[in-house]
Amino acid sequence: MYDIKALYEAQSVGEAVSLRLEHPDAHIIAGGSDVLIKMREGKLAGCELISIYGIDALRGVALEDDGTIRIGSLTSFSHITKSPIIQEHINVLGEAVDQVGGPQIRNIGTIGGNTCNGVTSADSASTLLAWDAIVELTGKEGVRRLPIRDFYIKAGVVDLHPDEIQTAILIPKEAYAGYQGHYIKYAMRNAMDIATTGCSVNVKLSADKKTMEDVRIAYGVAGPVPMRCPTAEALAKGKAVSAEVVEAFGQAVLEDINPRDSWRASKAFRQHIAVELAKRALQKSIELAGGAL
Amino acid sequence: MAQYKLIHWNLNGKDVETMVDVRASLTDVLRNDYRMTSVKKGCEVGECGACNVIIDGECFNSCIYLAVWADGKHVRTLESLLGPNGELSDIQQAFVDEAAIQCGFCTPGFIMTAVEILESGKLYSDEELRKLLSGHLCRCTGYQNILRAVKKTMYRRLGKELPAE
Amino acid sequence: MVVGKSVTRVDAYDKATGRAKYTDDLCDKSALVARIKHSEIAHGFVKSVDTAAAEAIPGVVKVFTCFDVPNVPFPTAGHPWSTDPHHQDVADRLLLNRHVRYYGDDVCVVVAENEVAAAQAERAIRVEYEELPFVLDVQEAMKPDAPQIQENFPGNILGHTSVRKGDYEKAIQEPGLIKVEGWYDTPTVQHCHIENHVCYAQMEAGRVIVTSSTQIPHIVRRVVGQALGIPWGKVRVIKPYIGGGFGNKQDALYEPLCAWLSYMLGGRLVKIDCSREETFVSNRVRHAIRSHIISWVRPDGTFAARKLECFSNQGAYASHGHGVNAKGMNAFPQLYPCDNVECDSYTVYTNRPSAGAMRGYGIPQAMFAGEAHIDDVCKAIGADPIDFRRSHVMPQGYVDGFSKNENYYDTFNQVMDKGLILSDFRRKQKEYANQTGPVRRGVGMALFWYNTAVWPISLESSSCRMVLNQDGSIQMQTGETEIGQGCDTAFAQMAAEALGIPVEDVHPVSTQDTDVTPFGTGAYASRQTYIGGFAIKQTATLLKERILRYAKELTRQDVSLLDIRDGKIVRTSDGRELMTLGELATEALYSLEHSEHLTAESTYQIKNNAYSFGCSFAEVEVDIPLCKVKLLNLVNVHDCGTLINPQLAEAQVHGGMSMAIGYGLSEELKFDAKTGKPLNNNLLDYKLSTFMDHPDLTVGFVENAEPTSPYGTKALGEPPACSGAPAIRNAILNATGVAVDRAPVTPHILFDRFTEAGLL
Repeated sequence: MYDIKALYEAQSVGEAVSLRLEHPDAHIIAGGSDVLIKMREGKLAGCELISIYGIDALRGVALEDDGTIRIGSLTSFSHITKSPIIQEHINVLGEAVDQVGGPQIRNIGTIGGNTCNGVTSADSASTLLAWDAIVELTGKEGVRRLPIRDFYIKAGVVDLHPDEIQTAILIPKEAYAGYQGHYIKYAMRNAMDIATTGCSVNVKLSADKKTMEDVRIAYGVAGPVPMRCPTAEALAKGKAVSAEVVEAFGQAVLEDINPRDSWRASKAFRQHIAVELAKRALQKSIELAGGAL
Repeated sequence: MAQYKLIHWNLNGKDVETMVDVRASLTDVLRNDYRMTSVKKGCEVGECGACNVIIDGECFNSCIYLAVWADGKHVRTLESLLGPNGELSDIQQAFVDEAAIQCGFCTPGFIMTAVEILESGKLYSDEELRKLLSGHLCRCTGYQNILRAVKKTMYRRLGKELPAE
Repeated sequence: MVVGKSVTRVDAYDKATGRAKYTDDLCDKSALVARIKHSEIAHGFVKSVDTAAAEAIPGVVKVFTCFDVPNVPFPTAGHPWSTDPHHQDVADRLLLNRHVRYYGDDVCVVVAENEVAAAQAERAIRVEYEELPFVLDVQEAMKPDAPQIQENFPGNILGHTSVRKGDYEKAIQEPGLIKVEGWYDTPTVQHCHIENHVCYAQMEAGRVIVTSSTQIPHIVRRVVGQALGIPWGKVRVIKPYIGGGFGNKQDALYEPLCAWLSYMLGGRLVKIDCSREETFVSNRVRHAIRSHIISWVRPDGTFAARKLECFSNQGAYASHGHGVNAKGMNAFPQLYPCDNVECDSYTVYTNRPSAGAMRGYGIPQAMFAGEAHIDDVCKAIGADPIDFRRSHVMPQGYVDGFSKNENYYDTFNQVMDKGLILSDFRRKQKEYANQTGPVRRGVGMALFWYNTAVWPISLESSSCRMVLNQDGSIQMQTGETEIGQGCDTAFAQMAAEALGIPVEDVHPVSTQDTDVTPFGTGAYASRQTYIGGFAIKQTATLLKERILRYAKELTRQDVSLLDIRDGKIVRTSDGRELMTLGELATEALYSLEHSEHLTAESTYQIKNNAYSFGCSFAEVEVDIPLCKVKLLNLVNVHDCGTLINPQLAEAQVHGGMSMAIGYGLSEELKFDAKTGKPLNNNLLDYKLSTFMDHPDLTVGFVENAEPTSPYGTKALGEPPACSGAPAIRNAILNATGVAVDRAPVTPHILFDRFTEAGLL
């Protein structure tokens, strides 16, 4: 039995927006795998909740006319992994979210929840960041879209207005067409774990597969929020595919990332792992894109 | 103060209506209102899998699933697997035969995940099965005989011969 | 012969259907819910408690504080009671504590009508503390200026025992010796049975009835009586099915507090249901033990002298105390006999959660240190780890002077032979000899020694009752408890064997109820199959005598010519079946001539004991840049005597191996150095190995019948957890050349060690 002061259930986005305005102190609950745990810990105990779990319109993956991949915010991790659209165009996202917790968590956990809680360790976040995803937010004024890197403000805080709910994650065609990517989750065990560090890399190779026309990399748990590595990206972009560039790329991430010392892992350890993951994820991405070192 | 909601749902093949306290987890309702002792509490945060049930064909940890969300859903617990004369289903029998049960506390949750795996009708490798079953913790079995039980049943249902270990 | 067959568990059907009833399943929903307010400092005194806000919350029945409880210290260890005051467990517990000694100690308790109110009230209680310095490290706690944790133990040393053999100081003067020295640390880990500890209490007819998830109902009865200061006969303890125990529930946990709450509330039904977080911190943990070993080795590999110091982190309360560390220490001079040995073991109070019994009882710690050290010795002198062990391990015929235990067979060589084959060790050892790449493989092994049961340290006795039913089946009751390991099934097989009836006709009563169950001390020390076997055989013999005596009346045949075979009364001279046991039993019960309820009950006390042996072989792949170990294979080989039920024995070994995997690679309960607060007391942050972290587990047995046991059996419950972790550690050494000095060998540790070794 949870210490819920009141529960308001929304069946539509409009209803959710109205409930947000009516109950400014209420927290949004999507799948509950984060909110209910905080509530049990006492952190959110006695709160009012707005449940958006019942808004089925926010479930599913679709390809829009302009080629944008639209992932409804309540789509569960397991449904993202199983989606043929995801598998065809951005398989790495399906692979990344297939490493969240365990199977039951992947059935309840939503991509909206995973991004809105503003957690740096979220397995979906680094890949969404690395693929220039757009966050769609719906409020009383209508729809607002912003790049996911602007959505994250600081640890646990995202740019969600008091009248809004997140309604979709969008991946524009130019962000995925021609790219191949790989995500490596580094954790202390192979299931039911949170990332010590997560690294998502993708690459777009030239037609002859010799040159990296574009390289993007993002991390979870390398800073307070998921982050990109502009220095490393600039270093590799336009370069010929080579082991030296991969090595230099890996070392360059240290210019960008800022992991902290915590009881879960030391800063030095996280930095070391981050470099190794960057190299391995880039190498794998190059291979997936048809290149060779 | 207390807030209740009448939910209409299907529990183990039977349409039911239940007045639930909105604060209740599905574990609370299954254990307290329906005395379904197969639904166990081991952590209450979705880490151990002891409370696992199938909702509309997919497995969920019922401890972190609000009971009100079951409105309109089909929920299956381990109790649904038994035949009319108390016959064990094939997967339950496999757990018995392979000595995959020790203290028995994780067993119902594991079996329900196995049901979802088996109902997919797919053939999985050992590595895939380990991943599909990884949402459950067990401290007694080292998972070895649980893997054997699921694998054996999977092969039998698919009419294929079980490869030698 | 049903002993030795893989019969299906007697409880399998009920557990496969979810019908088996565990404590919480049996508790009436009207129960009041108790919730404990735990200390939020590591050490200090409670100055005051403000309960006003908590008591004002609707649904709260009562708040009790550390100022309300009786000042009656009691012991909690699940040991048989000793009538000799010098051998009694340390009584250092109160129901709630003003002197709080660890972060998580019990300060207050709320009793409410529902769990939400209880949780709200617990959060609303305000406790004011006088904080004191605290100490978490075992050797820091031994320093003269360390914080003092228990008033009756100045210096914090709860126990110190020694072994002295030969003359160590003189022996090390021998010229040409190679000194191999190492420090080995083992972690604080928790049992993590999937059912948390839960109990409920109510009063009936002036007595308190406690139903609990415990391994030791008869001991809990005594402890509740002691804690409440009431006659032990006023306490009744019921133990239903339990969802694992592994030693945590071999302690009186919250049963005394729960009983007291019911007592204080007019006998109302009160439940204490531990959360997972509480189970980690406020139940029991495994002792973290730091061992310092010095071996003086001759160039031919023989030991001239050896020394061990082991420091056991007891935490805040005595619980099982020094017995755990002492058991580990005593394995040291026995496993590799040496003429000159000095051992000192210290068990020291610290401001950590209390350490108690956990599967292996000091032996996993001792084997990690001892067997890691043997590989370090091998590395130092260039010896092969297998050959070295064959030459120096406890030989056949070895007799321990204290316990009089004997190694009757060439067991160690036999288990190693089998393990070598099952793991393909020699081939892999060659293949992995000269690797240089970033990803390397290695193989390693470790032996273990484990002493069955607790004689001669404590009482070893077991009682059994058998009652013949009208149909020729029997109910069997013992005080020994089913905790998942399968003892009900093994006992049924033994009883069927001894009586000559089909195993289906033995109905073990799984629930222990101290009002009706014969006395037995319960599940610990891997004792039950061994000691239970004596009591079952003796009781069956008594029952059989009574049955055959009655058969004589019905058949007019002499008892010496009668036997029971497959549930029938048989004339042995010609094998003729004279009647079924069911016919006899029905007649015996309803006879108008001579009605008799045929039953038997007896106690068997043993004053001997048995060694149990085995080994583990591990194969690992180490990704050096990622500081990650992948366990590829793990093989355990055991000599636990004759197997009663081979399939259940194998299953039990799997579970122990699993625990050893976590011990070796991932599990550790961590504490904040600044506050003493536990950091990872949940199943997400405490890294129990998951399905995906396990390789296929391989099990072998060497069945040397134990001569002292009526069924040729000896310990198997705990032994599988004893040698896996050092085997993994030694495999990592084989793969990388890096000798890690602690368990678990996590990526964090490997990052440091690989950096030091220049591998990164």
